Amino acid sequence: MTMSTGFPWLTVLIVWPLVAAAATALTGVGRGRPAAGPVTGGRFGAGAARTVALVGALVEVLLLVGAFAAFDTGDAGTHQLTETYSWIPPIGASYAVGVDGVGLLLVALSVGLVPLVILAAWREQGGDHVRLRRYLATVLLLEAFMVTVFVARDVFLFYVVFEAMLIPAYFLIGGFGQGPQRRYAAVKFLLFSLAGGLVMLVGVIALYLQVPAADRGPQTFLTDNLTGLTLDPTAEKLMFCAFFLAFAIKAPMFPVHSWLPDVTQHATPGTSTLLICVLDKVGTFGMLTLCLPLFPEASRWAAPFVIVLAVISILYGAVLAIGQSDVLRLIGYTSVSHFGFIILGIFTFTSLGTAGSSLMMLNHGISTGALFLVAGFAIARHPRQSQLIGDYGGLRTVAPILGGTFLVAGLSAAALPGLATFVSEIMVFLGSYARWPAAVIVAVPAVVLAAVYVLLTYQRMFTGETTPELASARDLDGREKTVAGVLVGALLVLGLVPGPVLDYVRAPGEVAVEQVGETDPPPVLEPAASGVITEGSQL
Amino acid sequence: MNDFVAPPIDWAAVSPVLIVLAAGVLGVLLEAFVPEKARRTTQLTLTLAALAGSLVAVGLLWDRVQENALSVVGGSYLLTPFGLGVQAVIGVCALLGVLVVAERTTTGQDAFAPAAAAVPGTAYEDETRRAGLQQTEIYPLLLFSTGGMLLFPATDDLIVMFVALEVLSLPLYVLCATARRRRLLSQEAAFKYFVLGAFASALFVFGIALVYGFAGTVRLQGVVQVLADPSVSPLGSMPALVVVGLLLVLSGLLFKIGAAPLHAWTPDVYQGAPTPITGFMAACTKAAAMGALVRVLFTLANGLDPATRHDVEVALWAVAILTMLIGTVVGAVQTDVKRLLAYSAIAHAGFLLVGVVGMDEAGSRAVLFYLLAYGLASVGAFAVVTLVRERTVSGDDTGDGATGTVPDDGVVLGEATRLAQWAGLGRKAPWLTAAFSLFLLSMAGIPLTAGFVAKFGVFSAAVEAGAWPLALLGVLASAVSVFFYVRVIVLMVLTPPPGGEQGTAPAGVASSGTTARDQQGGGTATVTGAATRTLVSRTVVTVVGSRGPAAFAIAVCAVGVLLLGILPAGALDLVGQAAQFRP
Repeated sequence: MTMSTGFPWLTVLIVWPLVAAAATALTGVGRGRPAAGPVTGGRFGAGAARTVALVGALVEVLLLVGAFAAFDTGDAGTHQLTETYSWIPPIGASYAVGVDGVGLLLVALSVGLVPLVILAAWREQGGDHVRLRRYLATVLLLEAFMVTVFVARDVFLFYVVFEAMLIPAYFLIGGFGQGPQRRYAAVKFLLFSLAGGLVMLVGVIALYLQVPAADRGPQTFLTDNLTGLTLDPTAEKLMFCAFFLAFAIKAPMFPVHSWLPDVTQHATPGTSTLLICVLDKVGTFGMLTLCLPLFPEASRWAAPFVIVLAVISILYGAVLAIGQSDVLRLIGYTSVSHFGFIILGIFTFTSLGTAGSSLMMLNHGISTGALFLVAGFAIARHPRQSQLIGDYGGLRTVAPILGGTFLVAGLSAAALPGLATFVSEIMVFLGSYARWPAAVIVAVPAVVLAAVYVLLTYQRMFTGETTPELASARDLDGREKTVAGVLVGALLVLGLVPGPVLDYVRAPGEVAVEQVGETDPPPVLEPAASGVITEGSQL
Repeated sequence: MNDFVAPPIDWAAVSPVLIVLAAGVLGVLLEAFVPEKARRTTQLTLTLAALAGSLVAVGLLWDRVQENALSVVGGSYLLTPFGLGVQAVIGVCALLGVLVVAERTTTGQDAFAPAAAAVPGTAYEDETRRAGLQQTEIYPLLLFSTGGMLLFPATDDLIVMFVALEVLSLPLYVLCATARRRRLLSQEAAFKYFVLGAFASALFVFGIALVYGFAGTVRLQGVVQVLADPSVSPLGSMPALVVVGLLLVLSGLLFKIGAAPLHAWTPDVYQGAPTPITGFMAACTKAAAMGALVRVLFTLANGLDPATRHDVEVALWAVAILTMLIGTVVGAVQTDVKRLLAYSAIAHAGFLLVGVVGMDEAGSRAVLFYLLAYGLASVGAFAVVTLVRERTVSGDDTGDGATGTVPDDGVVLGEATRLAQWAGLGRKAPWLTAAFSLFLLSMAGIPLTAGFVAKFGVFSAAVEAGAWPLALLGVLASAVSVFFYVRVIVLMVLTPPPGGEQGTAPAGVASSGTTARDQQGGGTATVTGAATRTLVSRTVVTVVGSRGPAAFAIAVCAVGVLLLGILPAGALDLVGQAAQFRP
């Protein structure tokens, strides 16, 4: 059922970051011996490690281009570039990878953000090159896990990576973050994630045991083999809950979101970018690609509850964002709101809503990543590295480009037409309105709230009189301009010309709705908005 | 009576046990006849050869046992595939454990007292130390203990099982008392272990008596027959006897694996015993006792009627839950690395029990893999502990070990087991830290390590047997335990080493109070505090180099843990063969 190209693109995409991580970790070792404490670096070890990391990440981008070339967009609903090898036959686990359109976009998001994060971290860690080298090596290691989790076509493999990636993520937060509270944040993150993940483990085991003993073979765990089982309704609901809990914590959704603001506050902006923009997508991605096809009955049963929680997340995240005084915490709360949109779209079971959610996973990654990284640039300019919004003012006067990029990224988060998030958000709204009009009506004010938190923050940090502390701040340098430019460019392209990308998400959206056993309701808003999207898609 | 006919004995089947026990006897003789200089080398060679030989014998028997369980002397020795599998695990762990025991580090001293019989703090003790004596009897003792362990899961006869229990326990009691440093603690541990162990043995024997009263036989097969047809035995109509008997026998075994509420000895003994012995004990004793437990439980459970079986299951559930809770919750607040690993051992006993509640083949398969995974991680972890030491520095020396500015002129003392002392170890010894982190992650059950596959196995077995609430509790306990394993990793990797001496000096003095005293005064803990405090100079944490064996053992354990985690297929196949449970 799947076409296969000769070249193992996905495996290469997984292995290469590991190689790059090893190379980064070993560069300059023996020059500045780590045993000798905080070494400020031999001349060789210093710059070389980050260059190695950057080159490694860029080569990965090239490999990604190859994968895109090999991917047949016309058939985006089926999994392509598949590879299946026997891994642990006695327990039915295989190394099976493959992507549909959504998976490929999320791989692209991970692979695309990593070089930007590396660039943004160029001068971080207080000039301690040994630390920086370790940080970058860990980032690359995490990249390998992120790619794997989005391409896994075996539930066991997915679970293994889902859990294993917590360890590098934990070290990124706890080891390289800011402030004395970072270890607390890291532990909170780990405990939340593990609690969810381990409950999911029971679900994974239970699901495996639903396969009749006679049919259990060396490849039982393949997602395709576990789809379409006849399940006992109660067992199905329990298993759904086990999976969903893990994904909701990861996503994060109200009321299990509380680890997120602490993490964004204490991790470096780069770590937050990877964590919130990519890693947390595993939660929504898991809902879409595991919960729905594996437990269709239970998904329909749970949809009303999930939608209520999603709408609460949307509003709650937005309201709390307005009240934050720490800019990184604020961005964290905006994400809670956005993840609410994504989950809402997935659980409306309309192809438009699901496709919108898939696209939003990508767009949110880019716009929030831009916000985190640009906010990080602003913080780096503050003499005390303050993250408090109140400590800033008038930054636009001295650093206009910094202010401009922050505004664009923020407006994209607030779904301004013409910027990326608008397209996906309107798709989610339209898709959801067809089935759950009340939910949409309640959730729509969040768009206004989004404008409030973005513009208020911009006003307080960037306009008005320049505070004395920031008077000597310089504008973005070439490196930072590159980072910001790529992200803003992506936001504009995806906002103005969404057609090509829509080709990747539309077919998987239809497949998802079909798998859950629903049909699309008749469209409610035929003419204007949905018309735009249809036309756009043919560009 | 004069027509005695020697029973035919399948010597090949007995060979894994026989090689080890015979080498033990030979070792005792060598102790008397080999000149002192050559004694250690000879003993070590003999021990390693015996254990390797035993493993080879296990390998050669593997295919034979697959076809038919080998019964010797009517079941006094009964080699099932599962028994042989447990023997293989014990053999591997013992071999690695002995390597750690043999380690003398760059300080030239092993972990054992020069003369274990010398009273701590006497002039005689000082003399033995100055004379550079060494206690090479530990090797035969280890062999006897291993022999008992190998026999433990490979018998159908409860009396033989009891003998095996004593053969494995008595040498361990002695070994626990032989620590070179902190000798009083070590002797206290041994005494505690002995007294409580004797108590557990008494329970075990009493259980056997009740079972015998019920069935008129101590053979498990015989008991199953009586359960099926009560008219065979005079008291066959009183199944309560066999239930109580079974529970008492199980209690004796649960004591050995350190399950609550019979776990109280574990932290003290693990802490007091010489660390290489702790590692050996944690891995091998647990494997042997678990093997015996599975043997007894699964054999009898098949014969019990559903109601009685249910009673036993309830007891097992309660013990498993309690054990997991105590292991993880109390473990989370430990401040001594050896005690922490001891509580982790308790928690693991709980996870193992989660695997056996189903009393089926999936359970025995899961348990066997778990024992191997845990054994490797635990031998490795304790081996790392043996290398992290305290070292004295003279008072006006302002540097510390971390910066590498101070030449290694201090005296290396005992192990630095307080967790706080492990801060920043990652900078001093990155590879050692990496290995220790790996072992901890494996114990925590993080994917891509052996521990995950092991936990997956036991929880699958439990869910398959319908015990999903137990599995759910198990995973939640796992989540808590991850917290305390990761805490140690954070301490080693992320926390900066105690750089400024000001912050850490008080703690340093307090701890060196004991250790330096052990070095100089010969291990008395009764010297007055005030007197020692003035004697004592500050200590810093240092990592002593291995002379080879321990480093080799750590490397093997680390590779094993990774391999079993990433590519477990081969091991799972072997375990699958071994788990076919043929009574």
